[in-house]
Amino acid sequence: MLSTFLAILRRDLLLSWRGRADLLVTLAFFVVVVCLFPFGVGAEPNQLRAIAPGVLWVAALLASLLALHRLFAQDHADGTLEQLLLSSEPAVLWVLAKIAAFWLTTGLPLVIAAPALALLFDLEQSALPVLTLSLALGTPILALLGAVGAALTLGVRGGGMLLALLVLPLYVPVLIFGAGAVDAHLGGTGAKAQLLLLGGGLAGALALAPWACASALRIAME
Amino acid sequence: MTISTTTPGRAAVRPPQGWLRFAAPQQFYPLAGQLAPWFAALAALLAAAGLYIGFFVAPTDFQQGEVYRVIFIHVPAAWMSMFIYLIMAFWSAVGLVMNTRLSFIVSQALAPTGAMFCFVALWTGALWGKPTWGAYWVWDARLTSQLLLLFLYFGFIALTRAIEDPRRADRAGAVLALVGAVNVPIIYFSVQWWNTLHQGASVSIAKAPSMATIMLVGMLLMALAAWMYSIAVALWRVRALILERERHTEWVGAVLEAEAKAAGGVR
Amino acid sequence: MEWESWSAFWQMGGAAPYVWGSYGVTLVLVALELVLVLRRRKDTAARLLRWRRAVGKDVGGPQARMESIE
Repeated sequence: MLSTFLAILRRDLLLSWRGRADLLVTLAFFVVVVCLFPFGVGAEPNQLRAIAPGVLWVAALLASLLALHRLFAQDHADGTLEQLLLSSEPAVLWVLAKIAAFWLTTGLPLVIAAPALALLFDLEQSALPVLTLSLALGTPILALLGAVGAALTLGVRGGGMLLALLVLPLYVPVLIFGAGAVDAHLGGTGAKAQLLLLGGGLAGALALAPWACASALRIAME
Repeated sequence: MTISTTTPGRAAVRPPQGWLRFAAPQQFYPLAGQLAPWFAALAALLAAAGLYIGFFVAPTDFQQGEVYRVIFIHVPAAWMSMFIYLIMAFWSAVGLVMNTRLSFIVSQALAPTGAMFCFVALWTGALWGKPTWGAYWVWDARLTSQLLLLFLYFGFIALTRAIEDPRRADRAGAVLALVGAVNVPIIYFSVQWWNTLHQGASVSIAKAPSMATIMLVGMLLMALAAWMYSIAVALWRVRALILERERHTEWVGAVLEAEAKAAGGVR
Repeated sequence: MEWESWSAFWQMGGAAPYVWGSYGVTLVLVALELVLVLRRRKDTAARLLRWRRAVGKDVGGPQARMESIE
């Protein structure tokens, strides 16, 4: 069981490492989007400080959305996905491994880069751990929910825009609690409630999303 | 070609009896055609009664004046848009578990009507909000959840239309409807958390209604009318979808020829 | 009767644009949906009848399957 998970995880990480230019594009997109905001709303420090959590969260959300189409596309094209579905291994297991690899290569860089970008917005130093933690808990949920959408739209014409339409409304609670955690910390009420809810959301998504994703893949490959 | 709703092996032995036989598109097509006009007529009657009470019997609201009369469509439309999503999710689950094609067709036939009610609830909410809150749109918890529900409807409709293979479209749409249904309460809760500045629900079972009984009667009549209308429109839409799906079968050919003959006879 | 006159009814105590804007748009959407739904079934039936007559007996054949997609 565990060996299947680890084998798929290692394989996907290795493949991502070979195509690491793609990963840098996701990260660069995140950085550029964040840096656009001061040009749009003005560089007034108080205002920047106020919008920082929301801007960082929305940018992280868009960056992980943009990377989603890569999750299954290559394996779909070269037939690996079909082989995996035909194999006797439980689908939920390797789906989870693929999502984990996807998050490690696209989500984790965003989590690491976010505190540095927050400094550009002069976010309070004490809020940086909260921001990092909220992203660390929230971006895996985005990857899990997004994987279901990516499986549903696999190989469908106009799939990219469709995927955004399917997934973005489902991302709203994550955005609310993620950005809300940082805001609550800045407001002095403490971010514990939001972070706990994000953790609960992550547990729920871990339990349900791989299963939904596996059945969506089966439907797509029939 | 045989039309089977259960596994082919079992259907060949004995077709389902009783009400279950209407799970076959061939049986459901004429039934839907017979029932739909009755539901439409009921909807018209209920709406007429509801509007009469709403406009001519219900008194002016002492706080809001006449503008509150928007409630007679706003609340039924909002309820209906939520109910329809739940019913879609229910039929999607039935379809995935029992493997009945009609369930998928029904849930796809409901989606446009649900989206329409969702839009009506938003539109009337905005027009009601302007005189009462002073703005067409406020990021109130219920308006915002309603907006997200509209996006969920758009996603469902777009996905089922974008996939060309009907079998895959059915199942992918069903999975999406279920994922959406699981998320609707989460979205609602999170949006409420995000903005706790909202009016209390205007009708709740737990506490005594804050509105006059006659207003409530008008609103419930309109809600029933919305139910009947949704059923009628969904039945009519199911008929078109069934014809499209079953176009290769003998029975569709027979039905089409018979309809053409009947229409020709009138002409 | 709630209203003193019909003109009072149409004015809705000054809230006419909001109330009638709500009811008007709802009425238009409901009417539009009804027309579209009923016409859709009729159009589908007419199109499929033309198609079946054109293809003849072979409606289940591979050729017909390709053509019916339009």
